[in-house]
Amino acid sequence: MSAPTSAVFSPTSTTRTMGRVRRFSKLLQQNRMLLVGLLTLVIAIIAALAGPHFIPYGPLETAPELKLEAPSLEHPMGTDNFGRDILVRVLHGIRLDLRIASLVAITALLVGTLVGTFSGYRGGIIDDVVMRITDVMQAFPSFVLAMAITAMLGNTIPNVVIAIAISYMPYFIRLTRGEVLTARELGYAEAARCVGNPEWRIMYLHILPNCLTPALVQATLCLGWAILDASGLAFLGLGVRPPTPEGGVLVGEGAQYIISGEWWISVFPGAVIVLLAFGFNLIGDSLRDITAQEER
Amino acid sequence: MSFRRYIARRLALGVVTLLGVIVAVFVLTFVLPGDLASLKLGPYATEEGLAAMRKEMGTDKPVPVQFVNYVSRLLRGEMGKSWVSGQPVQRDMVQRLPATIELGLAALVIAIGVGLLLGMVAAVRRGSVLDQLIRGYAILGASTASFWLALVLIYIFYFRLDWAPAPLGRLNVGMQAPASITRLYVIDSLVARDWALLRHSLGHLALPALTLGFIVSAPMTKIVRAAMLDVLHSDFIRTARTVGVPYRAIVVRDGLRNAMIPILTTSGIAFGYLMAGNVLVERIFAWPGIGQYAWTALTTKDFEALRGFILVVAIIYVLINLVIDVLYSVIDPRIRLG
Repeated sequence: MSAPTSAVFSPTSTTRTMGRVRRFSKLLQQNRMLLVGLLTLVIAIIAALAGPHFIPYGPLETAPELKLEAPSLEHPMGTDNFGRDILVRVLHGIRLDLRIASLVAITALLVGTLVGTFSGYRGGIIDDVVMRITDVMQAFPSFVLAMAITAMLGNTIPNVVIAIAISYMPYFIRLTRGEVLTARELGYAEAARCVGNPEWRIMYLHILPNCLTPALVQATLCLGWAILDASGLAFLGLGVRPPTPEGGVLVGEGAQYIISGEWWISVFPGAVIVLLAFGFNLIGDSLRDITAQEER
Repeated sequence: MSFRRYIARRLALGVVTLLGVIVAVFVLTFVLPGDLASLKLGPYATEEGLAAMRKEMGTDKPVPVQFVNYVSRLLRGEMGKSWVSGQPVQRDMVQRLPATIELGLAALVIAIGVGLLLGMVAAVRRGSVLDQLIRGYAILGASTASFWLALVLIYIFYFRLDWAPAPLGRLNVGMQAPASITRLYVIDSLVARDWALLRHSLGHLALPALTLGFIVSAPMTKIVRAAMLDVLHSDFIRTARTVGVPYRAIVVRDGLRNAMIPILTTSGIAFGYLMAGNVLVERIFAWPGIGQYAWTALTTKDFEALRGFILVVAIIYVLINLVIDVLYSVIDPRIRLG
């Protein structure tokens, strides 16, 4: 924080924080969707972290005498074909899905913005090559690309993260590159060049921070997509494998019971996946609106 | 830029992308996995077995030689042989594509219908509660896991209500497919005036098409709304309104016409997604398209088949984008001047 220059115009740090809190709560009041999205996720995270401590069963604990029980007070989401409690498995699944999604978003954001900045700032043949590579990557629908990479790398959680992150990278590269193309011509970049900053410093310390907003909004949306893609892969038997509790694995375990009427095995875990993705998409969508308005 | 030069440039770019796609598929499926033969044969394979398998797959040769072999096979239109079906992969693909296309088109029709309706209503009633609800619908659609929605629909419409047939393919077991013209059963049975068969094929199509249609209707609604708002706030519409053209006529005639281009683009992207993204839905409904083929290939380590699927999907995707860009420049001549 910079040193206060005059006694009258320098807010103390507490009033500044107060100002931020007030601005944030005003933002939430004006954007109900943002509020709903944040609430959804906060509740889901609290439930996933605290919930399992209040449930007397473990996520892998079987009870053959209780198999395929419909939802009841003891098992609010019922039990599966091994008598495992679905609620506790769903809560553990939220943890894993959120972990996968955040790792995917961070990886794609990091690599995508670094490459995009480099490509946009340097221009010329480097830019051409990077753009053709993203063209090729985008020639594959992202789920198919993620599916192929996971299938080839092998079924581990890090591989799923890598596969999905790679399939999202082109979006970040293109977004950041577009921003950098205009930013590199602006006065502050020119000024940074004039005083003799090395190129990497101009790119990554001066320009990149000013070009991050669209990529950050995109990252929020990617959190939602990553949950859908990771669970879709797991449903197909790729990536996360049973008995690990993960949303897609859980839906897959109940898939064959849907036509004999045991709906709870698939329906609850799937509804939670959709709820998580819905939360992220609400936030991402409102953030996109807010940033678009600010630019006008 | 002249029209012809624009098309030529766009085609050249498409060819470059396709070449890149072939290289990518090669790297992804030959180089990345390490030893394909040991992946295929599992941990208990003998040295002789592995060597024989490598020879059969051609992976005993150096990577550049493998690449040249792969490309020259592709140029002759050969995609290798599937381990599972015992047929050349390209023949499997041709056999299975119509099922995927029929499902994709049906989903697209649903999505465009719903998207047009909701998008138009949202644009006309901008800022109202209805607009908010439609926005919520679009976000929900974008957040829905297709495999979960498919199971929920099966539970409701097959198990509970018994309105839909069992999720086992395009027709009931033992039914004869209609005389093949387009290989899209709905259209073929229409042409043959076989109403019972039409009813069955529509019944089997309904749930998977609804699943995918719901998901694709989300981006469609958003696009239509944005396009309509653009038009309704433009000068020529204001003029039309001031001279007394009825609002309803403006919305339907001018709004729709101007929404055509974005709808076309979204349809193209969505169709690409539907050709590929339905691995999950095809598997659940045992729909005999290329998505289910890909799933079988994945689980049986049928690499040639998997490679063929990825390549075909990417080629379709690139071609659709090419066609859209060209159509674009036909509809809106300003684009090729850019």
